[in-house]
Amino acid sequence: MTILLIIVGMCLVTMIPRLIPAFVMEKLQFRPWVNRWLSAIPYAALGALIFPGIMTVVPEQPIIGVIGGVVAILLATFGLNVVLVVIGAIITVFLLTM
Amino acid sequence: MGTKELMQTQPNKSESVKMFQKGLAVGFPIMLGYLPIALTYGVLAKQAGMSLTELTLMSAMVFAGASQFMGANMIAVGSGAVEIIIATFVLNFRHFVMSLSFMNQLRGVALKWKIPLTLGLTDETFAVSALNPDEAKKEKGAYFYAAIIIVAYLSWVLGSLLGGILGDIIPQKLSQSMGIALYAMFIGLLVPSVKKELKVGLIAIVAMLLNASCVQLGMSTGWAIVVGTVVGGMSGIYLLKEEKEE
Repeated sequence: MTILLIIVGMCLVTMIPRLIPAFVMEKLQFRPWVNRWLSAIPYAALGALIFPGIMTVVPEQPIIGVIGGVVAILLATFGLNVVLVVIGAIITVFLLTM
Repeated sequence: MGTKELMQTQPNKSESVKMFQKGLAVGFPIMLGYLPIALTYGVLAKQAGMSLTELTLMSAMVFAGASQFMGANMIAVGSGAVEIIIATFVLNFRHFVMSLSFMNQLRGVALKWKIPLTLGLTDETFAVSALNPDEAKKEKGAYFYAAIIIVAYLSWVLGSLLGGILGDIIPQKLSQSMGIALYAMFIGLLVPSVKKELKVGLIAIVAMLLNASCVQLGMSTGWAIVVGTVVGGMSGIYLLKEEKEE
């Protein structure tokens, strides 16, 4: 019963913040600078999601995550599809932790 | 990968089906990243004492990986419900910021579409959707984003259930290696944009440094990502000047 309560609570505090912007954005029009800020959010979010989190892939050896990341950067720079970038990084980390 | 082939054949099918299939193809890397993590979550949640129904329900209702790992861990050590819920709020608040950006991108889409789409917003569905902004302006573009989210949602929920049923089936070394998958996906999404527009990479680096500094200062991961995203995104106010003003 308590677990069910926890799940419902977690659901509400996750879903409500996700939902509010849908209604806010219906009503508001923004100045150009706000639009520029909002269009920069995806790139900023990607940056913040990648680093420093990537160093925790193998918590005892942060360098392994970093090397996997560098391999991903190289593969992506060569123009490989995201799926191949992901597989390449997985193989790299796997080989490094053998 | 079969979806890609399907896209090329059958030229005269409806626009919504085409958009949906395109979304499935674009969303496929999320499945690759989610499945191993979902399986691990299922195993861990089971060990934390949650029933199969509870752990699957959590995936279906919360749909936010990191917070579910945290939730399962806190349940295992007997934390109070209020404490777990507050920690979840903090950790997932970043989705509020992402949703603001995503909903701004979807201005041309009807509210009845935007509601389910934003409820399905995670770091990964946001990243993939936001880096494919053109579909938002096309007719039936909502189907494209819906497909991305459905792939992600099903992978997450079914993966959790499987993890709970099967237990530890992936060797530990392999599942650890697969931990890089989502990071690699983020990199694979970011790099092509940086190649097109270097400034975009600068925005990401500013956000990375801000996030890392906040973590160093002892801020929780959740708030550090929010600060990195919001303040890092502000660099775009200057960096993205004289560009397409939508």
